[in-house]
Amino acid sequence: MTADVRAAGAPAPARPDPARGTRRSRRREQRPAWEEPPTVVGETAKGISLTVVVLLVLFPLYTVLVTSLSTQGAVNRAGGLVVVPDGLTLQAYRYMFSGGTVTRSIVVGLGVTLVGTVISLAVSVLCAYGLSRKGSFGHRTLLLTLLVTMFFNGGIIPTFVVVASLFHGYGQYWALILPSAVSVFNILIMRAFYLGTAADLIDAARLDGAGDWRILWSVVLPTSRAVTAVMGLFYGVGYWNNWFNVLLFMPADNEKWPVQYVLYQYVSQGASIPGVGTNMTGAAVAATQVSKLSLQMAMLVVTLIPVLVVYPFVQRHFVKGMLTGAIKG
Amino acid sequence: MTVPGTLLPPRGRWRRRPRVPGPSWRVKLRRDRSLLLMTVPALALVVAFNYLPMFGTVTAFQYYDYITGFLASPWAGLDNFSTLFADPTFWRAFENTLVLSLVQLVLYFPVPIALALLLNSVLSTKVRATIQAITYLPHFFGWVVVVTLFQEMLGGAGVLNHTLRQQGLSPWNIMANPDTFKYLVTAQAVWKEAGWGIIVFLAAIAAIDPSLYESAAVDGASRWGRMWHITLPGMRGVIVLLLVLRLGNALSIGFEQFLIQRYAVGSSSAEVLDTYAYYYGVVGNNYGLGAAAGLFKGVVSLVLILGANKLAHLFGEDGLYRSER
Repeated sequence: MTADVRAAGAPAPARPDPARGTRRSRRREQRPAWEEPPTVVGETAKGISLTVVVLLVLFPLYTVLVTSLSTQGAVNRAGGLVVVPDGLTLQAYRYMFSGGTVTRSIVVGLGVTLVGTVISLAVSVLCAYGLSRKGSFGHRTLLLTLLVTMFFNGGIIPTFVVVASLFHGYGQYWALILPSAVSVFNILIMRAFYLGTAADLIDAARLDGAGDWRILWSVVLPTSRAVTAVMGLFYGVGYWNNWFNVLLFMPADNEKWPVQYVLYQYVSQGASIPGVGTNMTGAAVAATQVSKLSLQMAMLVVTLIPVLVVYPFVQRHFVKGMLTGAIKG
Repeated sequence: MTVPGTLLPPRGRWRRRPRVPGPSWRVKLRRDRSLLLMTVPALALVVAFNYLPMFGTVTAFQYYDYITGFLASPWAGLDNFSTLFADPTFWRAFENTLVLSLVQLVLYFPVPIALALLLNSVLSTKVRATIQAITYLPHFFGWVVVVTLFQEMLGGAGVLNHTLRQQGLSPWNIMANPDTFKYLVTAQAVWKEAGWGIIVFLAAIAAIDPSLYESAAVDGASRWGRMWHITLPGMRGVIVLLLVLRLGNALSIGFEQFLIQRYAVGSSSAEVLDTYAYYYGVVGNNYGLGAAAGLFKGVVSLVLILGANKLAHLFGEDGLYRSER
């Protein structure tokens, strides 16, 4: 990013990239010579507080998982969530998938998430790149148009009115996707990443005669996999966890509910799952040796699985993808 | 006026360069046509689902009828607003919103800063990365999941109360207690978001010049002295920026979180402006009133964010934006 391409009045060149400091972080492994030696009390306090923090996150997940795998006897003996495993079984999962409702809601949830993420990523990548070339026609006005929406919005009611009544989106799958397809914040992060990463590569490609589409596809995208992965996770998690749009736009249509909304209805609100619902209470449950609590927890685990599967692959990109964008601006 | 694309603005180093006459706008338009084409899908979505609803705010001044739509509904003037301001439930929701975000500001905001300082003092990068990976995780859970987890841990039939009963102590059902609801939702927010919040603060700490620590240590500054005089001042810009953002969003605290728990603790303590708009508008079929509540919230938010930004300038920080000098 040389000085003459930068528009007048643009922010001063960014500070050194903190996330790239591999040399520094390797040095951090060792205690610097000038630092006083660690005290026993200090290290113990640090260790205890960090352990507590980690346990606060992991313990609830652990008990939920164990309970979902427990036999009815174990749940009864524990009188609630099972902490110490005591008779494990996959019955709750088998039973949950038998009804069809949960299976369908998972398919719907995954479908909305996949389609939504693809749309969101495509739209955001294009827009972020389109606004990332300094001095291009109208990029300041367009950026401002996007920025305004970060601080002003119509609110719930006007959004509902526009989607449901103006565009006839009530009960339509697209109403779960399109209204939240663009996150201006994510676009800004991607744009900041594109601004910095490949400036000289882009110049070289342009000299070789590549147009903007070609540059985006063969230069920018391959060099910014980290930010694409992180943004994909953000969008994907957003769609997967979204139940409020369902509450707004298709609360009556239980055939179309994605899995988060089924979880909301069945676990949070305590309603019974349609389809499974008839078998869900009393004698039938007793006959299958599955406690209602195990079923609820199995439902919860199922909604967590996609997040937990994707998370480790994307997690190592967080710092690179998030911070370079946020700090560089 | 604003600095496009800058979330963490550069600090007071604006340079004005003499403007070099560039190519004319026709040439630029022709040259950049594919760049412009790329922005079209995003802009179309933003116009349809962000700008149109802004104009849809006119329903606040209408007797809105779902069937006729807002182009044909009769005008109400300020009727919706007088109904709104005469409604004690509305003021209750407004008060709840302010109290809840104040409690969250005081009890939530320092947690990620403290966690970042704590993590930064861990020397082993491996341990640090593992702890970070674990604490980020709840950020990716939905509110339904978080509230359910809290219910199972702290609720009437949860692990905590089961243990209390086993020990012969009286149970303590925080999940359905309206008086302590504000602390409960703050605890939920901390559990879900505090780990994720440290990411920005860790970056701010990493950007501090390490030689500063060395000179301070040579000059006799203790561990705490270095934290107080180097680390915290180094984080000041980010802290102020996030405070400004938080104040600006003070009226939009965790809508889903309240909606899910509204039944358990009752609407008198869990009703916030957003849930009020939803219940009176969508559920109660009084769209005009709901939109009026939304508009009221938007105006107050705008005042808050401008005020907070002004305050940031008084402290000598850039805040969210700064007029060009």
